Amino acid sequence: MPVGAGHAHVLYRDANSPVHRLPPEVKIAAMVAFTVAVVATPRAAFWAIGAYALLVAVVAALARVSLPWLLTRSAIELPFVLFAFALPFIGAGERVEALGMSLSVEGLHGAWNILAKGTLGVWASLLLAATTTTRDLIVGLDRLRCPQIITQIATFMLRYLDVLVGEARRMRVARISRGDDPRFLWQLRGFAAGIGTLFLRAFERGERVYLAMLSRGYTGRMPAVWQGAGAATTGQWLIGATVPLLAGTVAATAVVLT
Amino acid sequence: METLAMHISNGIINGPVAALFAVIALAAMALAVQRGRQDLDDRLAPMAGLVAAFIFAVQMLNFPIFTAGVSGHLLGGALAAMLVGPWVGALCLAVVLVVQALVFGDGGVAMLGLSITNMAVIGVAVAYLLIALLLRVLPRTVAGLAVTAFVAALVSVVVAALGFVLQYWLGGTADLGGNLAGLAGTMAVSHLFIGIGEGLITATTVVTVAKVRPDLVYALRARRPATPATVPTVGGVR
Repeated sequence: MPVGAGHAHVLYRDANSPVHRLPPEVKIAAMVAFTVAVVATPRAAFWAIGAYALLVAVVAALARVSLPWLLTRSAIELPFVLFAFALPFIGAGERVEALGMSLSVEGLHGAWNILAKGTLGVWASLLLAATTTTRDLIVGLDRLRCPQIITQIATFMLRYLDVLVGEARRMRVARISRGDDPRFLWQLRGFAAGIGTLFLRAFERGERVYLAMLSRGYTGRMPAVWQGAGAATTGQWLIGATVPLLAGTVAATAVVLT
Repeated sequence: METLAMHISNGIINGPVAALFAVIALAAMALAVQRGRQDLDDRLAPMAGLVAAFIFAVQMLNFPIFTAGVSGHLLGGALAAMLVGPWVGALCLAVVLVVQALVFGDGGVAMLGLSITNMAVIGVAVAYLLIALLLRVLPRTVAGLAVTAFVAALVSVVVAALGFVLQYWLGGTADLGGNLAGLAGTMAVSHLFIGIGEGLITATTVVTVAKVRPDLVYALRARRPATPATVPTVGGVR
């Protein structure tokens, strides 16, 4: 865990770029709109996918996120992309011969579609995650009129993830100090037996945190929200809208052309 | 923290079907917000956060389903329904999915409606209906509670997995032809095994909580005596 644990998350890259400075609500809205434009693009429009990738690269450069980092982190989609690799073999319809294998044309198109759009979506999320802290994400969701009950659950979830991890670590240390030897598969039994206890211990710690927050005036919203500081200006909304507008134009052109 | 979980990624299901399920998911979540507000008191708020964090953690355990190239993971719908009730439970699942999509790039943002419908709506609803039924039928013992949790978790996982098959049948971007039955079979069988693991985790967790703090188990609220449960005093001493 970095020193900033509790304030930032693993994917956050600390920097002071124009993208980092944009209010979170603008970035969330832009990211969602961009993804929708990508998904709405007909899959035969190969040039459009290239245009989207270029947009991602420009934003990444502006945000000082290096391309190697973006590429390494997009390995997250590998388990699911396996599905795409299977498609040319199990797909139906017309087949072509390539590299001595009989491949389904429909399956190949499907695989390309999933790979390209999935990767673009992951890149967009990674750019948002790299430039926005967890706290800002919640503030952004709140400013986007997300119901308070949802932002409240999200806030506690992110806080309690650390509580849960810390409690699990403490229980593991306690087991080791009592002569247990947790290794590879053998620790599963001890872990399974302790999972209920882990949950309860984490809850009781979390409950104390919550009551402490209540007694310090917590009403269910982040201070930054009810103080209204740093909300997006019209200018910032316009800057943020450039990327989804460009992506929307590309998508519309692609739909008209095909 | 290494994230390996992956939900439906962008482009697997076509736009119109994704939009249709986004509308379904939004409507269901609006209802859950409405009804969940009444449930969320001082005891349930931190519990909802912890349940969400717990589900977030267990969803990272991912099991690749090699034959179809799809992977499966624990869902946590039954645990949420049991501990915080159907409305807040569905919201917890939805929050997990939204944060995974926004922060970890896990599952496509445009496909969120599909994932939320499968896991937060179908999964939690099936689990809660089973819980409500089984708690009435089975003996009011620890074993009865454990069996309820196990069965609810197992069935809800399999049904949620079949929800994906339904969505793929409606709007999969690649035509699998006759292989859709194969996809359904693989999803069902593999999630049966995942469901057993999920059932065991749900049962142990719920039983432990019910033994020590029965006031925290939403599904047992109706059984609770009228006297209010103890509230922690200063310093957390009870």
